[in-house]
Amino acid sequence: MQPNDPILTLRDVQVHFPIKSGILKRTSGHVRAVDGVDLDVYRGEVLGLVGESGCGKTTLGKAILQLVRATNGTVTYQGDGGETELTTLDDAGLFAFRKRLQIVFQDPHSSLNPAFTIFGSLEDPLRHYGVKTRKERRKIVGDLLEAVNMRRESMDRYPHEFSGGQRQRIGIARALSIQPELVVCDEAVSALDVSIQAQVLQLLMDLKREKNLTYVFITHDLSVTEFLCDRIAVMYLGKIVELCDAEELYSNTLHPYTEALLSAIPVADLDRKSQRIVLEGDVPSPVNPPSGCPFHPRCRYAQPVCRTDVPQLRRYRGKSGQHLAACHLIDHPLAD
Amino acid sequence: MEMGNDVALSVRNLKTYIYTNNRCNRALDGVSFEIRQGKTLCIVGESGCGKSVTAASIMQLLPTLSRIEDGEITYHGPDGPVRIDALERDGAKMRAIRGKEIAMIFQDPMTALNPVYSIGFQIKEMLRYHTSLGRKDRHSKAIDLLRSMGIPLPERRVDEYPHLYSGGMRQRAMIAIAMSCNPRILIADEPTTALDVTIQAQIFELMDTLKRENGTAIMLITHDMGVVAELADDVAVMYMGNIVEAGPVGKVLRKPVHPYTRALLDSIPVLGRGKDQEIKAIPGQTPDPYNRPTGCQFADRCAYRVSACDEMPPETMVADDHRVMCWRYQEFMADAAE
Repeated sequence: MQPNDPILTLRDVQVHFPIKSGILKRTSGHVRAVDGVDLDVYRGEVLGLVGESGCGKTTLGKAILQLVRATNGTVTYQGDGGETELTTLDDAGLFAFRKRLQIVFQDPHSSLNPAFTIFGSLEDPLRHYGVKTRKERRKIVGDLLEAVNMRRESMDRYPHEFSGGQRQRIGIARALSIQPELVVCDEAVSALDVSIQAQVLQLLMDLKREKNLTYVFITHDLSVTEFLCDRIAVMYLGKIVELCDAEELYSNTLHPYTEALLSAIPVADLDRKSQRIVLEGDVPSPVNPPSGCPFHPRCRYAQPVCRTDVPQLRRYRGKSGQHLAACHLIDHPLAD
Repeated sequence: MEMGNDVALSVRNLKTYIYTNNRCNRALDGVSFEIRQGKTLCIVGESGCGKSVTAASIMQLLPTLSRIEDGEITYHGPDGPVRIDALERDGAKMRAIRGKEIAMIFQDPMTALNPVYSIGFQIKEMLRYHTSLGRKDRHSKAIDLLRSMGIPLPERRVDEYPHLYSGGMRQRAMIAIAMSCNPRILIADEPTTALDVTIQAQIFELMDTLKRENGTAIMLITHDMGVVAELADDVAVMYMGNIVEAGPVGKVLRKPVHPYTRALLDSIPVLGRGKDQEIKAIPGQTPDPYNRPTGCQFADRCAYRVSACDEMPPETMVADDHRVMCWRYQEFMADAAE
């Protein structure tokens, strides 16, 4: 991993969904799903995006792929052909670009069309991106299925004939079919049983090595990210509250939310039992986020300043010198 | 907690079969365990292993096309033992036990609550059938229950409908319903799977308190080894309708004997072990429940398979509180002791 080689740069990305109400469908407010995110994704890394439901992690993933258009901010892709600003691309421009960015969806049961054979689902991207003959496509699809440890012959069967783990592997094969550079995995293993989850995780890691991929791995499971990711961004109510190396996040947790999140995870190790920090209440609504620090109503360290001022992401030394956290109460930030 | 006789429910050699299209799924194929007063038994396993069918058998809430073929479920109530499996599913006796003595929390709070009745109504319904409380007492008891579950503004919330509650609050409302008659046994079927970890921590805290303060016996069904390590006193590992290993949580998690328990523990990333930890996937997948192997159900995926595995291994006690179903347990015992 080269730390100074970003493949994707997000600056102040906001995704606000309008809420329409009344017979005139006037906009009465906004859901601030993603509310000002700055993020660099480095070439060849696995970046984890973690947070609870409703924190905006999936929306951010979709905003990267332009499946949801950002209402503000820039998403810049740095490929071989120089920089491309994705947010201003029109449909034709995006179509050409989608080749580089792919996504693996969460639910393997709804992301494959039940009326298509596996070959039908997998040949589509190939046809659109220039593999002309059917014979060639069949060969590529067969190779792809073998790459995800499935039999070539599976391509003529229908999705309902496969188990959840197999379908997820087909989803991965589809995402990889046109040789993308960056793959967004949106809760790619969450719907799977534990023994199958390990198979898919290993497959993802092997493919990354072979094909030199970059992953943005969206999940709510911090035990998976620790195993898989190089860096982790923790999100809360549409904002990144902490971002650093995976190892650093677990050994030198700075943000109180990350601390509570980590302590709440049941650990399958009797010798590592830690004290649970139980957060009061639920995640506030992103329609009406609290003033100041979005986490302050649930934070056990909250001070008056947290209620009034929004904390910015600041840089801390940590082990790598690249530890970012957004909290008023952490001392000694580094000057930028 | 009663001394000496603290078994709240015992299940012996339970066989529950489910029928479809002339085919038979032997969902439970000889399952035995006990739930003790003031203790938590965790039943852990992958989807399709029969954990939910076990809960449904105890509650007599099995689907119509299924039957308890053999075995016994005995509830050790205050009036002596009752054979639950012999009771009529909808009979007065079963209805008196279900909800009052043995209560259940379901997996999905979004669908388990009735959307057209207020939360308060659904709690009071339990009190109306199972207690002699009057109308006003029921109302105030419902408010007390919601308050003890940590629902803010219970006086107002009691009249609200489920859609106004968040996921965590709905699950707490369900626990309130389950706890309304002070049941002696609480069966929780994946109570936190649909919830975020911070909300999950709140629910666990609540269940721990119930166990400590009321001596409730808890049977918790989960697929998450982390939850087991966190909450269980005893653990039973299920695979395809059998309990393959059971014992106190310390023994089963620290010195697992059955190859499936070991493989399961090796296949999950554990928080705090860093990036270098090795996870080993279990090869293959669970067999078709309608077309099971004749012998050990795990044999096809097991790295230690021998010819003896073509026959079903017996349940063997390897210590007075630790049992396992595997032909080669002695070898695994020896290297667990190392």
